[in-house]
Amino acid sequence: MRYNERELLSLARQPAEKAAEIRMSVPKKGSVLKKRLVKLVVNFLFYFRTDEAEPIGALLLEHCRITKEEENVFSISFIEEPERKYCFECATEEQCQEWVEALKRASYEFLRRSLIFYRNEIQKMTGKDPLEQYGISEEARFQLGAHRQ
Amino acid sequence: MKLNERSVAHYATCDSPADHAGFLRKRVERHHHHAHHHGTSYQRRWFVLKGNLLFYFEEQESREPVGLVVLEGCTVELCEAAEEFAFAIRFDDAGARAYVLVADGQAAMEAWVKALSRASFDYMRLVVRELEKQLEEACKSLAACRKSPWKSSSSSGRKRHLSNPALLPLQEKPTALENGYSTWGSGGCVAGGVTYTDHDGGQTKPPPLPPRRRSAAGSTTGSPVPGLSPAMLESPVSPETICFSKLHNWYGQEIAVLRREWQERQKRGHP
Repeated sequence: MRYNERELLSLARQPAEKAAEIRMSVPKKGSVLKKRLVKLVVNFLFYFRTDEAEPIGALLLEHCRITKEEENVFSISFIEEPERKYCFECATEEQCQEWVEALKRASYEFLRRSLIFYRNEIQKMTGKDPLEQYGISEEARFQLGAHRQ
Repeated sequence: MKLNERSVAHYATCDSPADHAGFLRKRVERHHHHAHHHGTSYQRRWFVLKGNLLFYFEEQESREPVGLVVLEGCTVELCEAAEEFAFAIRFDDAGARAYVLVADGQAAMEAWVKALSRASFDYMRLVVRELEKQLEEACKSLAACRKSPWKSSSSSGRKRHLSNPALLPLQEKPTALENGYSTWGSGGCVAGGVTYTDHDGGQTKPPPLPPRRRSAAGSTTGSPVPGLSPAMLESPVSPETICFSKLHNWYGQEIAVLRREWQERQKRGHP
């Protein structure tokens, strides 16, 4: 699958929602935990060797499961391959918890659900659709079930 | 740079709803710097927009995308190609090439340009933050009317915590509510069975609370777990730790179920 790697690399250089040096392992046989710079930008998690400017890799965070494993450790796996886990060993329990919370909220799909939720709540409380003033109430992405055209 | 391509491709083809889809002709980019004229050719592809990702497939029925355009940070503009109904996706990066796409007609082109220009994660986040503020304000003005003791720990930095003991009945101390969760879902900042006075001094009964739900194991982002029924879902929220993102996951599961039901009704040909 081709993709615009250049733009993705550029995204990796943007200010991050969250960044830290964390020990990480990939779901490959014999993979060990290695110290990486891990950086969350929009719905991508980039990981770098600590002394390099270009990331080794990127994880798109859609349809993924963030699991708190033993203390200080969390994992990311994807819906279609739940056994393949990317593991992250944090320095403290607190850091681990913060990353879990941040990653759970990092997907576009989560944002979409939030938006629908808020829209609904505001509508119920005030009787008004808050998106109307922006002229976007009919946009497919803000509906409960956007459908294929 | 590695990318979790298998998972990305799965996201492209799974049945989570697309924000837009349709055939477009995609200009094939050839580097003819030294040629006297460019040979422009176009390939017809099936395009699917999901979130901030634009996928394209060889055919509508293809099981895997041939390509992906990550849209974050792009601009979308009409372009002066020789082709009618052409538009371009461009990036800030000086050397970056543009994606030139051609729609079937005026309406299709406008729909695509609109959908793509609002596709970024940043835009979505902006709208969500705005609505979040609006909801807080709506709640506050409601609470102010009731003169309840309002303890709001304001969210700082990245935390989207909304610990709101004030979203509980006037007369009682914050205790476990009937369903074990704060009544965001019931359309008012009150527990079921308690009446409150609105602006005009009238009395309104809040709508009934949703039925009790049992725990869901873990939490996932994205598409619903197959076989999940409303009876299996429970709010993981207790009044002491009202964490908005937990409330989200819970509410999101309800929406996911509703969405599935809606899709099934669509398939059966209901309007």
